Amino acid sequence: MKVMNMVQAITDGLDLMLTEDKNVVVYGEDVGVEGGVFRVTEGLQVKHGAGRVFDSPLAESGIAGTALGMAVAGMRPVIEMQFDGFVFPAMNQIISHVARFRNRTRGKFSVPMVIRIPYGGGINALEHHSESPEAYFGHTPGLKVVIPSTPYDAKGLLIAAIEDPDPVIYLEPKRIYRAIKQEVPEEKYSIEIGKAKVVNYGEHITVVAYGAMIREVQKAIVLAKEKGISVELIDLRTIWPIDRDTIRESLRKTGRLLVVTEAPQSYGPAAEIISIATEEAFLSLEAPPTRLTGFDTVIPLPLGEKYYMLTPPRIFHEIEKLVRY
Amino acid sequence: MFDLQTLDKYKPIDDKMYQVMDKDGKVIIKNWKTGLSEDDLVQAYKDLLFERTADQMAISYQRQGRMFTYPPNLGQEAIHIASGKVIKAEDWLVPAFRELGAWLAKGVSLWEIFLYFKGHEDGSKFLNAARMLPVSVPIASQLLHAVGLAYAMKYKGEEAAVFGYVGDGGTSEGDFHEALNFAAVWDVPVVFVVQNNQFAISVPLKMQTRSKNLALKGLAYDVDSVLVDGNDFLAMHDVLAFAREHVLKKKRPFLIEARTYRRGAHTTSDDPTKYRSKEEEEHWAELDPAARLQSYLVSKKLWDPKDEEALIAGYKKFIDSEFDKAEAYPDYKLEDVFGFMYQEMPVELKRQMNNYQNFMNLEGAQK
Ligand SMILES: Cc1ncc(C[n+]2csc(CCOP(=O)(O)OP(=O)(O)O)c2C)c(N)n1
Ligand SMILES: [Mg+2]
Repeated sequence: MKVMNMVQAITDGLDLMLTEDKNVVVYGEDVGVEGGVFRVTEGLQVKHGAGRVFDSPLAESGIAGTALGMAVAGMRPVIEMQFDGFVFPAMNQIISHVARFRNRTRGKFSVPMVIRIPYGGGINALEHHSESPEAYFGHTPGLKVVIPSTPYDAKGLLIAAIEDPDPVIYLEPKRIYRAIKQEVPEEKYSIEIGKAKVVNYGEHITVVAYGAMIREVQKAIVLAKEKGISVELIDLRTIWPIDRDTIRESLRKTGRLLVVTEAPQSYGPAAEIISIATEEAFLSLEAPPTRLTGFDTVIPLPLGEKYYMLTPPRIFHEIEKLVRY
Repeated sequence: MFDLQTLDKYKPIDDKMYQVMDKDGKVIIKNWKTGLSEDDLVQAYKDLLFERTADQMAISYQRQGRMFTYPPNLGQEAIHIASGKVIKAEDWLVPAFRELGAWLAKGVSLWEIFLYFKGHEDGSKFLNAARMLPVSVPIASQLLHAVGLAYAMKYKGEEAAVFGYVGDGGTSEGDFHEALNFAAVWDVPVVFVVQNNQFAISVPLKMQTRSKNLALKGLAYDVDSVLVDGNDFLAMHDVLAFAREHVLKKKRPFLIEARTYRRGAHTTSDDPTKYRSKEEEEHWAELDPAARLQSYLVSKKLWDPKDEEALIAGYKKFIDSEFDKAEAYPDYKLEDVFGFMYQEMPVELKRQMNNYQNFMNLEGAQK
């Protein structure tokens, strides 16, 4: 075991897979000499060589499209989009080809690749550096979408993603890159994609969240506890394929649901989770399943971000309303 | 002066770079004449000093935690100042994000730039620069907008050119190539200015392209193109002035590769010592655009460096007062988040805004 933050845990996972599997390559903008703008690939080029960890030209569509070719030929590319807002030039490749190649070729070709994307707000960044684009990916049949919330999960999910036979979008909540430190095994382990985790057991209400919101909900849970409210918190960890079982089991117990996402509200992940809740646990529900999400606006520049970002008091307020319903 | 014959002489395929001054500010072209008056030349140098001073102060505001990420311009100012001298009020300026001096010349106020980099969208309004688009962060995407504007200028019969900016890294994006091709196929008056500052964050040009130079990229699309010393104000001005006339007369696009060097960090969050050598930085410091223009002016007896200190002190006062304006800007309001998404705010957005306001108004609720 070694104490790591999320950046270190991801570096460690990449290092381990580069060591173990010669088919793994890591590339993107500034990932080589620079080690990535967030230092996630720091040291990997020196250790594994510029043939396996390298800078690409500045073109996201190029990065994603070439990775498909490599993957079809049996390699395991792990590519980086420098920021959430810069995956968009690659969407044509991701949606039109990466997600569909297996189906189009009836399984003759598969695309085992991982697209790493630092994402989310709360870091006082310029425009296009704070987006939460997970719904686009969750809405694209053929992709798997993974979002860790802790260093331990980050490493285990990354390894599972690299070993997965299908394309995985691996979203890294950059706001908590260095905020949480945790003991992480140095050896290889993986966390099953598609399995949520109950990170806090409780009786009165279920909160479903993922990524950077987990920490905010945990702070709200402390506020709730002071008022005698016991909260069950589910960390989805994978937003597609989604874990219905864990959501259902929890709702059968609590009968109340709050979904918390930083992403905008409309047609977003919260709507999906609430649909599943009503399908799976309709008769257990004692209050309307509710979502607390980002606004349906562009995420504001830093001076306005305070309005957009969800805070523990706002989360607690919704929890309390639902419990009192 | 730069004309069609000069264009023919400086073929990108031969990797020839148009240069007027050597590194000591001495004119190296026989019988060369500038299109600028002596006053213009002196003013250009002052503008350059102003840009450089404002840039340095922006970095220090950022270091003091009063501004967020900022992309420094040091070393690239000759391109910006020459642009400012050439771009007319009726022309459009389509920026990337590292052309400070050109923005100011177009009419943008420094306090707006500070406000933008402090993190307020109102800093993108550019109240006194009607024909200027906002900063474009997604690399190279803006060049297609430039082509659309140029199409509109031609369509409406306006004698106005469009100037679109992009970096060396940006030439790798598909949008760069689409823009060149559209502009050529549509015969529109747009000048593409590629600021080749040798790096895209940490990635050096040689990992970006195997072309000998970036001007070459225009030729495949039948866009007249030239490679210019971007640290040579006189050369930059010659070429930009020619380009403007050329695109308007021919209704054809033009591409300028301005070879320069980003002497500072990529942004205030970047540490260039990780990816480049001191020797390289020193080599380019000797080619600095300010020093060269200064030497030229001194040799023509148009400038006395002794005057600089007082001038810069005055600039600093003004720049501080502009920063004060940005800091005194009204607080960011909830309506600033919602108010500009649509011409008319949809009911659902009003609901979301009111929900938030109601929460903030709650008595006793922890905020
Ligand atoms: C589409 C897109 N991808 C990635 C980025 C992140 N990024 C910001 S600046 C930059 C390098 C740009 O290099 P260049 O075009 O040479 O301009 P310079 O910064 O040198 O002025 C990168 C990769 C971005 N802004 N947009
Ligand atoms: Mg550059």
